[in-house]
Amino acid sequence: MIKTRAAGEGARARQTWGDWFERLALLLVWAATIALFGALRPDSFLTWSNFATILGSQSVIVVIALGLIVPLTAGDYDLSIASNLTFAATILAVLNVNHGLPIGVAIAAALAAGLAVGLVNGFFVLYFRMNSLIVTMGVGTFAHGLTLWLGDQQTISGVSDRLVNAVIVDRFLGVPLGFYYALILCAILWYVLSYTALGRRLLFVGRGRDVARLSGIAVDRVRLGGFVCSGLMGAVAGILYVGTTAAADPSSGLTFLLPAFAAAFLGATSINPGRFNPWGTIISVYSLVTGITGLSILGVSTFVQDLFYGGALVIAVTLSQIVRGREERLA
Amino acid sequence: MAIALSHAEGGGRGGASAPPVLRIEGLSKSFGGAQALDNVSLTVRHGEVHGLLGQNGSGKSTLIKILSGFHSPDGSPKIEIDGRSVSLPVSLAALRANGVSFVHQHLGLLPSLTVLENLLLSDFAAENRWYVDWRAEARRARRLFERYDIRLEPTSPLADLTPVERAQLAIVRAFDEVTRDKGQALTRGLLVLDEPTPFLPAQDVDALFKLIRGIVADGASVIFVSHDIDEVLEITDRATVLRDGRVAGVFETAATSKAEVIRLIVGEHVDLEALRPAAKELAAPSIVISGLSGGSLGPFSVSLAPGEVVGLTGLIGSGYDEVVYMTYGAAAAAAGAIEIDGVRSEIASLTPRLSIARGCVLIPGDRLAAGAVASLSVKENLNQPVMESVSRAWALSDAKLARNAAALVGRFDVRPRDPAILFASLSGGNQQKVLLAKWFQTRPRLILLDEPTQGVDIGARAQVFAAIAEAARQGAAVLCASSDYEQLTAICDRVLIFNRGRVAQELVGAQISKPAIAEACYKIE
Repeated sequence: MIKTRAAGEGARARQTWGDWFERLALLLVWAATIALFGALRPDSFLTWSNFATILGSQSVIVVIALGLIVPLTAGDYDLSIASNLTFAATILAVLNVNHGLPIGVAIAAALAAGLAVGLVNGFFVLYFRMNSLIVTMGVGTFAHGLTLWLGDQQTISGVSDRLVNAVIVDRFLGVPLGFYYALILCAILWYVLSYTALGRRLLFVGRGRDVARLSGIAVDRVRLGGFVCSGLMGAVAGILYVGTTAAADPSSGLTFLLPAFAAAFLGATSINPGRFNPWGTIISVYSLVTGITGLSILGVSTFVQDLFYGGALVIAVTLSQIVRGREERLA
Repeated sequence: MAIALSHAEGGGRGGASAPPVLRIEGLSKSFGGAQALDNVSLTVRHGEVHGLLGQNGSGKSTLIKILSGFHSPDGSPKIEIDGRSVSLPVSLAALRANGVSFVHQHLGLLPSLTVLENLLLSDFAAENRWYVDWRAEARRARRLFERYDIRLEPTSPLADLTPVERAQLAIVRAFDEVTRDKGQALTRGLLVLDEPTPFLPAQDVDALFKLIRGIVADGASVIFVSHDIDEVLEITDRATVLRDGRVAGVFETAATSKAEVIRLIVGEHVDLEALRPAAKELAAPSIVISGLSGGSLGPFSVSLAPGEVVGLTGLIGSGYDEVVYMTYGAAAAAAGAIEIDGVRSEIASLTPRLSIARGCVLIPGDRLAAGAVASLSVKENLNQPVMESVSRAWALSDAKLARNAAALVGRFDVRPRDPAILFASLSGGNQQKVLLAKWFQTRPRLILLDEPTQGVDIGARAQVFAAIAEAARQGAAVLCASSDYEQLTAICDRVLIFNRGRVAQELVGAQISKPAIAEACYKIE
């Protein structure tokens, strides 16, 4: 055995401080962003309605980002989730507006569509042993084609008031209800990933697929569950999206794909570094959006969004590499 | 403490006046608070095969990493190659210029390239070649392979090569690197072979040793790093033993016995022969495998009683290594049935999940790729098969899982005793103990093992044997595929020797000994 000097004690204590700093760094960055823009534009930025709008309207991105981390934990990519959102939103709008069906039925149909997309993804990836990156990209593009066909390439507006009220109009503590739906989903996901055997199995499948199989885990079933989950969450995000705008348009939902990935990866550097986690993800979404909102209040054009999300994704993945590299170097 | 350090020529060439091909003095290295190397010296003479032995944690791999430039040593030790001082940290250019090359354990070969491309890999890495005359290179490669009696075709894809062929290629490449017209008049090359043999069966090791003797005859010197004492005793002229970061001794191989070497490595006397189990009173067989066939295995049948340990061995290709994977449902079997405590299943329809449910567990030979998830902690790996029984499936209790992990780590003596550390950071022996703990806690009826002592240092070996014996005492039957005859001798009640897919011979009880097994394996051909 290798001798260890007593200096190890001091190093261990310092390590714990470093650990905590790393976990909370993103929160600190978010707080600093608020402080900065608050100082620059206190009248327009530091208002409760500004924050309420941020929290409420961006709940859609939160839900897709949460949807992504389930297959990501299992080692699969779902590039179809944004197209899925648009597809589900269009189905809801078509049924509710064009065909006059009750909003409840339209919502159920949207969820069924999301489920179907998830199953299709899972079937091609698992049965034919194909790369999830390629399959989901293809399925997503196909779904987008269906969206354009169903909606006649137009924006469908006039969706039932009940949905809009439930998402963006009705408020609790001044914040639209849409935010709370995202929060509840976040809490459920956190619980399942951290405190259930199912969540642990998901992690094993992602970190060592062969080991998981030999250890008796039903790997294909777990991965299929991951795709179904992201399919459903994509549909939920679509429903929320229609709720925020009372309309379904065939293209703007697609722009959510990169922000969702950026938030998922950036979230993996926070709270529980090295693992995709729901709380880190939700904090990432809102800290990124806070920055973007602050800049647009300062008068910077909307191109700043791409700078933020693109930059965040690259920085996030870099930071995750550093964390993982350090974990492996401790060996 | 040095044993039989003699100034005789030994395997050295060039007379006592020539400087040693490598001399290291005063080498120390610490990581944080841990002293990995403490004032280590090493001298390798011209034309000798010098062994480097030591348990996991002895500093062996740190020494090699410093020599290859991966780490920089503390202070200012003296490192001289052929009498020339080398500046630290060692750079790749300096190594090439001085004629030193390495073959690391994972060989450094690219499976998707051809043999010839792999052979020239380091040339491409180090120089800019604007035109490669492939035909001329292929001719040269064939001549090189013929010289050392290696049957390799330069155009074949590397993925087609067997493990021993890959090891041979890696060694020939290393030798080629240092001897190709690099303008080195004095040095004829120093090859550092870092554990080249652990994944090779005994017969292939002989082929490798023949190659090493060939290149030594052509003037190279070799450092042979290993934790297999028998191999070191066979191939080396002298050897250095490291223990706890210091040199425990340097010995002349021909003049030293295995027991003395063990004493140097471990520091205390470990009697492996005494671990041979006493003859057991066995009940009626509770596990019957019948008609198992597939791959290179002909119909195979065996019955095991509770508590019986049966070993499977043979030469490579004889099929003994496929039995455990097929029985578990991890590899496809063509036919066969298994009956465990009266419950019968068709092997072809078995999956790992079903096998575990029937009380059958497998501990694969490749720990990091198939046994446990390297990037997760010991605790998470240990608890994976028993999550639902240690704690409720929908409300996992971290406290209960931590308690379970701590208890297992203590019972199986996993060092360091910290379940929160990454699995990958453990030494091979401790990793194996974790895998045994992971599965033995489920109280299986049948334990399938594949090479359980592969890459396990001598201190942990005895503990692995003891753990298997204890599991057998608690009523499990054990089926163990292994090419380690010493290990089979230490734990088995019966040993089945395979040849061409069928059992050619069976050794029972007192008939089992390392030479008896070796003879049984080799005499059938």
